[in-house]
Amino acid sequence: MATVRFTPHLRMHLDCPDTNAAGETVAEVLQHVFRDRPKLAGYLLDDQGAVRKHVTIFVNNETVRDRQRLTDPVGPHDEVFVFQALSGG
Amino acid sequence: MSHTLWVCTRKGLFRLKKTNELWEIDQTSFLGHPVSLMLDDPRDQAVYAALNLGHFGVKIHRSDDRGATWTEVGVPKYPEAPEGEKGTTLNQIWALEPAGPTVADGIWAGTIPGGLFRTSDRGETWSLNTALWDHPTRAKWFGGGADHPGIHSICVDPRDHQHILLAVSCAGVWRSRDGGLSWEVGGPGMIAEYMPPEGRDDPLVQDPHSMVRCAHAPDCLWVQHHNGVFRTIDNAASWTQVMGLQPSSFGFAVAVHPRDPETAWFIPGVKDEQRYPVAGKLSVTRTRDGGVACDVLANGLPQQHCYDLVYRHALAIDSTGMQLAFGSTTGNFWTTSDGGDSWQALPNHLPPIYAVRFGQDA
Repeated sequence: MATVRFTPHLRMHLDCPDTNAAGETVAEVLQHVFRDRPKLAGYLLDDQGAVRKHVTIFVNNETVRDRQRLTDPVGPHDEVFVFQALSGG
Repeated sequence: MSHTLWVCTRKGLFRLKKTNELWEIDQTSFLGHPVSLMLDDPRDQAVYAALNLGHFGVKIHRSDDRGATWTEVGVPKYPEAPEGEKGTTLNQIWALEPAGPTVADGIWAGTIPGGLFRTSDRGETWSLNTALWDHPTRAKWFGGGADHPGIHSICVDPRDHQHILLAVSCAGVWRSRDGGLSWEVGGPGMIAEYMPPEGRDDPLVQDPHSMVRCAHAPDCLWVQHHNGVFRTIDNAASWTQVMGLQPSSFGFAVAVHPRDPETAWFIPGVKDEQRYPVAGKLSVTRTRDGGVACDVLANGLPQQHCYDLVYRHALAIDSTGMQLAFGSTTGNFWTTSDGGDSWQALPNHLPPIYAVRFGQDA
């Protein structure tokens, strides 16, 4: 399972400790996380399911390329980082 | 006379209390976060705060203990678009109003980019009003200031809560007589100088900045419009422009006396690209005769090098009609208890102010 790590900024708003989640794409991994934390989805994704404009997601060192459908692949030993963008504050 | 004020700012929600004739901040919530609007619901004393988080989107919180603690509730959500089509995302809560006299009637929310939503469970879930969203004219709506159109004023008729008026920047005034099942654009009389001459009187292109209804004379409403001030005395069947307001008829905010439909207040500025007080002197314009004559009220307001702009939701009036309060984009805040004859500044430096509302004293 991939490891998912969240910016501490998010913890100002809701409980979201780092966690492990299964899935072969970023979308699948996040959907597993959202099952336990449904409010988190609205913090990261807009109404259309795309990554919010001022949120960035990395798989290891690479930013996700598909911000609309989150189809970037994730391996079982990868780390998914959810950060706030430098813009948008 | 209300002793409670709520001030929504770029950096949090502030509650003010009036003690010994002085307003003081007595509670802060969401410090550091933008609060675009709030509702102090008179039906059950619940308080709702709409946040517009820069990174994480729009959130709504409800407090059942007058702001001491908050619980995040649901938020309006636009429907997912079919594959290959560009969908819509909530940008901002721009209006929050009780939908009727009982809690069971719910709450209306107006939003940017133009959707009207309603909750019947105190904010836990919201439903898009599809009759308005799917209206064939909506493709012609456009943003005024913001990139997208927005519903900022919701005026429910106190005699019949199925009869609703909305003001939209920019799509004019809209009416439903059946609780939102169907909608029609409002009556004629407004003028949009930013349109080509032949289209200036089209009700659909108007930019009402703010619309308020007189509580005890509900057929009378006032609109501060992009191109001046308009008034109706027939429940928005027609509008009449108010001429001769000084020092300017441009502005965003308007308040109407709750018992006297002839008395209204505005906060004028230089139109419309510049948007600061005329000659750097802050004033409030008041009419007491339906707009025939006006007073320019400046006692207690800065009269040199003042560049404060007052947003559309940042002027409030209480149920007596004597207390008003307003806050500015530069974080200054003033109150009056004599209908505007004299103003007192809050001796604090607040963040930029988005909205001001009098609250329940419970």
